[in-house]
Amino acid sequence: MRTESIQPPPEAKNSETVTLHINGEARTLSVKPWVTLLDALRENLDLTGTKKGCDHGQCGACTVICDGKRILSCLSLAVMKDGAEITTIEGVAPTGDLHPLQKAFIEHDAFQCGYCTPGQICSAIGMFKEGKAHTEAEVKELMSGNLCRCGANTNIINAIMEVKNGGNYE
Amino acid sequence: MSIKPLIGQPISRLEGHLKVTGAAKYAGEYNVSDLLYGYVVNSTITKGKIISMNTDEVKKIPGIVEIFTHENRPSLAWFDMQYSDMDAPPGSPFRPLHKPDIKYNGQPIALIVAETFELARYAASILKAEYQTEAFKTDLEANLGEGRKPQPGLATMLKPPPPKDKGDIDLALSAAAFTSKGTFTHGTEHHNPLELFATTTVYEGKGKVTIYDKTQGTVNCQLYVGNVFGLHFKDVRVISPYVGGGFGSGLRPQYQLFLSVMVALELKRNVRVTLDRSQMFTFGHRPPTIQKTKFGSDINGKITALYHEATAETSLYEDYTETVVNWAPMIYPSPNSKMEYNLVPLDVFTPIDMRAPGGSTGLHAIESTIDDLAHQAKIDPIQFRLLNYAERDESVNRPFSSKELKQCFIQGAEKFGWDKRNPEPRSMRNGNKLVGYGMATGAWESMILPARAEAILTTEGKLIVKSAVTDIGTGTLTVMSQIAADELGLPLDQVTFEYGDSKMPFAPIQGGSFTVSTVGSAIKAAGKALRKKLLKIAQHIPHSAFKGLEIEDVVFQDGYIRLKLDPSKEIAFTALIHANKGKVIRTKNFNVPNLLKLKKHSRAAHSAAFVEVEVDEELGVINVTRAVTAVAAGKIINPKTARSQILGGMVWSISKALREETISDHNFGKYMNQNLGEYHIPVHADIHDLDVIFVEENDEIVNELGSKGIGEIGLVGMPPAIANAIFHATGKRINEFPIHFDKLL
Amino acid sequence: MNDFNFYKSQGISDAVEKIADQPDAKFIAGGTNLIDLLKYNLMTVSTLVDVNSIKEDTLSETDGAVLLNAFATNANTAYHPIIEERYPLLSKAILAGASAQIRNMASNGGNLLQKTRCYYYYDANTPCNKREPGSGCSAINGYNRNLAILGTSDHCIAVFPSDMCVALAALNATVCVTGPDGDRKIPFSEFHRLPGNTPHIDNNLLTAELITGIELPSKGFEKNYSYLKLRDRNSYAFALISVATAMELENNQITEIRIALGGVAAKPWRVQKAEDFLVGKTPTKENFALAAELIVEGAKGFEFNAFKIELAKRAIIRNCLMALNPASQLPGAQPSA
Repeated sequence: MRTESIQPPPEAKNSETVTLHINGEARTLSVKPWVTLLDALRENLDLTGTKKGCDHGQCGACTVICDGKRILSCLSLAVMKDGAEITTIEGVAPTGDLHPLQKAFIEHDAFQCGYCTPGQICSAIGMFKEGKAHTEAEVKELMSGNLCRCGANTNIINAIMEVKNGGNYE
Repeated sequence: MSIKPLIGQPISRLEGHLKVTGAAKYAGEYNVSDLLYGYVVNSTITKGKIISMNTDEVKKIPGIVEIFTHENRPSLAWFDMQYSDMDAPPGSPFRPLHKPDIKYNGQPIALIVAETFELARYAASILKAEYQTEAFKTDLEANLGEGRKPQPGLATMLKPPPPKDKGDIDLALSAAAFTSKGTFTHGTEHHNPLELFATTTVYEGKGKVTIYDKTQGTVNCQLYVGNVFGLHFKDVRVISPYVGGGFGSGLRPQYQLFLSVMVALELKRNVRVTLDRSQMFTFGHRPPTIQKTKFGSDINGKITALYHEATAETSLYEDYTETVVNWAPMIYPSPNSKMEYNLVPLDVFTPIDMRAPGGSTGLHAIESTIDDLAHQAKIDPIQFRLLNYAERDESVNRPFSSKELKQCFIQGAEKFGWDKRNPEPRSMRNGNKLVGYGMATGAWESMILPARAEAILTTEGKLIVKSAVTDIGTGTLTVMSQIAADELGLPLDQVTFEYGDSKMPFAPIQGGSFTVSTVGSAIKAAGKALRKKLLKIAQHIPHSAFKGLEIEDVVFQDGYIRLKLDPSKEIAFTALIHANKGKVIRTKNFNVPNLLKLKKHSRAAHSAAFVEVEVDEELGVINVTRAVTAVAAGKIINPKTARSQILGGMVWSISKALREETISDHNFGKYMNQNLGEYHIPVHADIHDLDVIFVEENDEIVNELGSKGIGEIGLVGMPPAIANAIFHATGKRINEFPIHFDKLL
Repeated sequence: MNDFNFYKSQGISDAVEKIADQPDAKFIAGGTNLIDLLKYNLMTVSTLVDVNSIKEDTLSETDGAVLLNAFATNANTAYHPIIEERYPLLSKAILAGASAQIRNMASNGGNLLQKTRCYYYYDANTPCNKREPGSGCSAINGYNRNLAILGTSDHCIAVFPSDMCVALAALNATVCVTGPDGDRKIPFSEFHRLPGNTPHIDNNLLTAELITGIELPSKGFEKNYSYLKLRDRNSYAFALISVATAMELENNQITEIRIALGGVAAKPWRVQKAEDFLVGKTPTKENFALAAELIVEGAKGFEFNAFKIELAKRAIIRNCLMALNPASQLPGAQPSA
């Protein structure tokens, strides 16, 4: 193959101080611009509930809720989220209790290995807030950004539909 | 025994809370102090040698701690056997960073070790190798002529060679009233569990390591690490309770484990090596396989000839095999049969078992050929199968330990509404969509391996059971807890199952649908031994009501031993602890299956899969709108988690038949879609109405639990049922998986 | 991904100045494609200039026309009441792309600047004229299922992957940009480029130019429209073929029609001749079939994508028929009756 000229070692870039309001708590950290929100959560803040499945926006495992919207933390830089309100799976439920979706996921056996689960739940919470999914077909379409390799799809959709129809998802 | 046994109850997963809250920690999530990050650099050529690398230049970057390549890899074990593992095929296992030689595209050639993840990743992107390239071969179809018999080896024990020829196949085919032939092409597939392969190694000092690894076998990895790095086994601890999917990819120790441990030992530091998604395509896959079938029947549809041949890819250094062609004579009695299985070694990584290995490949060819034969004979596909039903396994001339496949046909057909099927292809419609119904049989051999388990009665009278086994999402924690609880007659909240740790009693790798059979039997044996021990202690208590009694005379209930005939005579478990001087009571048992007894029977789970497809007549777009799988797999320990296993297999079936494929470019000898955007696994919008039936089946042979295992069976029958339904909808038989919708234009 | 500086811009002119000053600096809005490319080391940047601080409303209306904010997200645009009511074709097309999460991040301007999903572009170890001019095209004789059949050259057969842009092309949108030399407007049909001899240049944006808005003419075709997307799974995959149809009918006669194809070329594909042919005709399968022939005229298939020629024709016919009954459209722009 072609030979490439070797780039010189990069000059050290400055770290930026950012404050992320995560699960209701202000967390200030010093990160370089090349740190994604996902890696900041997992490596800097030890919030490993948010998962890295592909790191390229192709699986949905890293879904978090940022300023009320579900987004992919792997395609976000931490420095771009300075001041943002972020909810991760660790913060979706009041302390000591489970979110209705978390309960429904357990009841419907809506996971096997559990690795896509936090992303599925955060995504479904975001979908409820958007208010655009009315039918089961719409729910399936609007949840299609979250892959499940174990094949728990029907149980996941059933769990979400149950909570949706119960209307208890705030 | 407790009055209402837990076995058979649809218990929700015990680790559910941890998984839905994000508290369950996976291998790459142990944020231990002072952690280094490793990032792998992969070969960009397919075959040849590394001439040089710009290691020195890259190492100058501040924050880069070390770069490991074949040039500075520590001198390690010499012999192939030391690199072997429980799932190693015959041959010479791959050794990471061993030599400058490149055996396949994507081979790890270096590991960057840095203070941060981002820096390691950056350095990996600028580390370049100069290669001397050699000609390579990666195309199975172009090299079919080079097929040869596989080398025999230990792996052959679980993967028997094809059965002996019977009768005269050529004569039978030429005399058959109906014959059907097909060529079935399957490409490469990658497991792609959602969790990336990762190993966090904690350096404990003095050559001792604690390893958090993504694996399907903690002990397998412990032995591998001990052998390769020359460590005492007791100094190697592999922990893996939560595994973000395996599907076979974790059956062998993967290279990130080797690299992580190597760094920890060399630098005496804690280190994590996580692979990225494209690297998930660099260590094993389901091999491409090309099959040919020729089946024949008499005028009444009775099968007279079965010919099934498969040629599969393997690597140049190991003979990976699958059981692809052994199934037809087991499922369909035929006086004439011939089966062949060959391998073509190519410049690829060795394939590795992927969910329902062999079975999901072979049954597609068999069941689609059978469907065609039934179509020719104008016999309903279920009737055709009943007409050719094997009451015994004629391929090896043994009875089945149990076989309720007929019930699968009956109950499945009823639930699905098979009677509404018009046998004529292209005869059923829904608006502008063609509707097709298809069905197929599935089978999966029930295996059992030796395993050890420990059972402990705690000072509070609670039960702890232990096994090194992992839980890859199959529900192992929950079902093992159920089995253990029933042994001692305790409610579930009095039982703790400790697992996923090589420190625990020996368990083999978790795969092949043999975990419940293997580990469950060991736990049952340990529980039984503990009951005996408890009774013995009870009998030694002064004035014991249990003196001289046998284990059959008492029951274990809710924390008491009670006399069967007079339940008012009882002793609490806590009293037994007291009698044991306040110490815990423990038993450890090695359960070795009785091979002599087992070998007298063929043991297999069976299924019948029913599928409805809708095909857009003009655009070809295919949807599996409904499917039912009826399964006969012996005792179902937990119908809830078991159902999920089958549902998972059904989603995999849709994926296999219609979605997933690893795309190779043989000009470059590499895979081109090494990401989840282009490696299409089904999304929610692809999955519609799926239903599962467990048919009652009593089996006293397979193991004491009577349970056959269900991890694979959901993926064996349904892929051909989809292909058969598409034929019924469109009149087109597409034998190449995945079926792209444009093939139906 | 290389190390880079980060700069939060204070406004459009500030952002443009910052980029103009530095080689290898890039704007970042949603980042959904850019961060992906940086992680694959297909691009290196010196500084990322964050344009997210340029916050305005999702869109503004003047004289019936609508100006989309380039920095607004795809989701806010698709779900905006004015877009849902007046430009439902645009809404449907946006919602057929990517996933809900990505649409919540991706900006309208960024949508126009997506890179091709050609496997070889994404693999830095294979020749690719788009990535590395003059190195050759691996796709022409390689795996090209997802690549172009129209407007290709001997140097490149990449496809532009956007769904939103297929609708924008049909709606005759205009791209508003600001650069070091001031503002200018680019008609949508002139924004993206066919590969020719310069496949590495995707579009006609000049250095340091920033997309600030997208103008939609007042005509939104809200009565008869449809977006159809055919792909290898029902959602979260790029189009093999997509079609946007915008139609105006009077007394069962077509008075105006726009048909744009996605997944077939380096830009959304429209053929004036075909649209002209249909004006004054009745909206029948036969007439749409004749137009479809005109649209794919000159198409050239390769080893793995020749099916696209026939599929495109059938998709055009179906989508034009679907436009007669827009209410029948399914989630994910799947084919309906």
